[in-house]
Amino acid sequence: MNSPVVPPPTGDASGRRVIDHVNASLKRRHAAERRFRALGMAAVTLGLLFVAVLFIDIVAKGYTAFEQTYIQLPIAFDAEVIDPDGSRNAETLADADYMALIDNALMAEFPEVTERSDQFALSAIVSVGAPYQLQRMVLADPGLIGKTESVWLLADDLVDMFAKGRVDRRLPEDHRQLDDRTLGWLDALAAKGQLEKRFNTGFFTNGDSREPELAGIAGALAGSFYTLVLTLVFSFPIGVGAALYLQEFAPKNRWTDLIEVNINNLAAVPSIVFGLLGLAVFIGVFGVPRSTPLIGALVMTLMTLPTIIIASRAALTSVPPSIREAALGVGASPLQAQFHHVLPLAMPGMLTGAILGMARALGETAPLLMIGMIAFIVDVPHGFTDPSTVLPVQIYLWADSPERAFVERTSAAIMVLLAFLMLMNLTAVLLRRRFERRW
Amino acid sequence: MNTTAETPTANTGAMSAADLSSHTDLGGTVGTVTVDNPRMRCSKVDVFYGDKQAIKSVSLDIGNNEVISMIGPSGCGKSTFLRCLNRMNDTIPSARVSGSILLDGHEILDKSIDVVPLRAQVGMVFQKPNPFPKSIYENVAYGPRIHGITNSKAELDELIESSLIKAGLWKEVKDRLGEPGTGLSGGQQQRLCIARTIAVSPEVILMDEPCSALDPIATAVIEELIDELRENYAIAIVTHSMQQAARVSQRTAYFHLGDLVEVGETDQIFTNPRHKLTEDYITGRFG
Repeated sequence: MNSPVVPPPTGDASGRRVIDHVNASLKRRHAAERRFRALGMAAVTLGLLFVAVLFIDIVAKGYTAFEQTYIQLPIAFDAEVIDPDGSRNAETLADADYMALIDNALMAEFPEVTERSDQFALSAIVSVGAPYQLQRMVLADPGLIGKTESVWLLADDLVDMFAKGRVDRRLPEDHRQLDDRTLGWLDALAAKGQLEKRFNTGFFTNGDSREPELAGIAGALAGSFYTLVLTLVFSFPIGVGAALYLQEFAPKNRWTDLIEVNINNLAAVPSIVFGLLGLAVFIGVFGVPRSTPLIGALVMTLMTLPTIIIASRAALTSVPPSIREAALGVGASPLQAQFHHVLPLAMPGMLTGAILGMARALGETAPLLMIGMIAFIVDVPHGFTDPSTVLPVQIYLWADSPERAFVERTSAAIMVLLAFLMLMNLTAVLLRRRFERRW
Repeated sequence: MNTTAETPTANTGAMSAADLSSHTDLGGTVGTVTVDNPRMRCSKVDVFYGDKQAIKSVSLDIGNNEVISMIGPSGCGKSTFLRCLNRMNDTIPSARVSGSILLDGHEILDKSIDVVPLRAQVGMVFQKPNPFPKSIYENVAYGPRIHGITNSKAELDELIESSLIKAGLWKEVKDRLGEPGTGLSGGQQQRLCIARTIAVSPEVILMDEPCSALDPIATAVIEELIDELRENYAIAIVTHSMQQAARVSQRTAYFHLGDLVEVGETDQIFTNPRHKLTEDYITGRFG
């Protein structure tokens, strides 16, 4: 087959050079690349779009919850009503009928309202929490008795909704929760500048309540805080210790392989299962008080341990073996090599894992339902064994409530929760950046 | 300098003409494996990684105040053998070591021997400079600290200074002891690692290709340093550079596929190798 004429090395039978084949296929290859890029862009855009829609929806529904409507009334602190005996006894002052003061002020404001049923409707425009506002004022300063003071009183949630434009006047009267006479009074108050929206501090300082205008996230925040602190205290040392032992000290045999597989599987177990386990073991067997941050933290610890162990092992693996050898080479014991050199270098990675685990625990709801943290708790917890709820459970509870005013509070609580989650994730990212090492 | 007394291992058939030219049957080691007054004496050391035998019945002495270099093609077991000498192989779960290694007459392969004092006596310098990501001062201070060698800060300062001087690094770093050791150049890092090793006053220093990651100038500095350290320490060095072995060592051991093929005075090994494999290797026919 040796032909006397040697063909050009890049040609074929038809005389086309290799470069022609390459050029012919080039267009097709570029088109495929463009298609792939377009698909990727579309996927990312779609994802961002959904996130944007979610955020816009939540913020649009929730931002109004950071404001609360107040009604200004000149309250006459009548000594006859508050303290007929003149004893100024704290108990007497606390038990006084402050609602009567508000009623008197409202009657004075609207003297034309004389019908009994109208008077009832009128006094309903202030919150049932308003008398306690006056009670606190008097207890703080008994000198108020006998004077007349202009006081901004908490409005009822329906009035609040009206002030925020969430009551549609065009609806027929029997389809609205506020009837025409109430709207008339509110319009009159608004015209006189006695109806005003102010920053809703109560949302951040109150516990839960059946009355939307009195409900706040302080109890849930405190519950989440206590639960997370305990979760971190329990899970971080155990997780890091387990990772360190498994990664650096444990013999590599069938048992440790089995343990490793199980830890990886535990990370994928539905969280409600951990709740059932907590109910059966921690509450059922050990009698840990239910509904408390303590039991919540124990369950969360079970849930976050796999995450922390896996992250910690990854962090340990990323420490170069030369560091271990260097330490062992100068005569450090294995424990010294680990604690003096490997652990400090792996710590940022471990902390990142722990923070991400904590973020997951902060957003977790399902297992807590099993251990009684869904209870309706008004008081802000002050310790690890006080009954409490947590932020995501609070959101769940409010989302279930029929009152229109709870909708905006649900969204506002979601905003607070998301803010904390973002803060934690940001911390994890910054920590990773800050301590990232080049070897 | 060295005696010519043969160990029994080396005697059994090793010197027959047939074995000298044989590639397959390496019944023993050619040359003198022992010295008069050894710091370490290894006899019939076998190392297995799982089922694979990495070292086959190696016997070798490490003498006082000498540099012994170990050469051979990649995978011949020279690093493995070196790591037996301070039981660094313990860190590899599948590694099994048998035979006998004596340090000053005491067996070190015994499982009951604590490796912590052993590694304080037999220091190691690794292939890649591996300073701790801490300050220069802390790098050298670590060994003395964990062993509690010094009693006061002043004593520790003095020890660190003298270690850095011995490692030839003091002049370059004395004004920046607080700076991270990882910020030094490769050659300086390796000398820092040597300073860290000699800060615990070992008797033997093992060096596993200490210059393979360094440029020729840094290499020359380290080689000079090795020559100076010989006055006080016994040094065993694994190297891929035959020139380096010729320059720094008094004795040379040639390893091939887990066997210690030939041991002898460095001059003799490089000018007049007695084993065919050694000759092939040093003349560049393979390896």
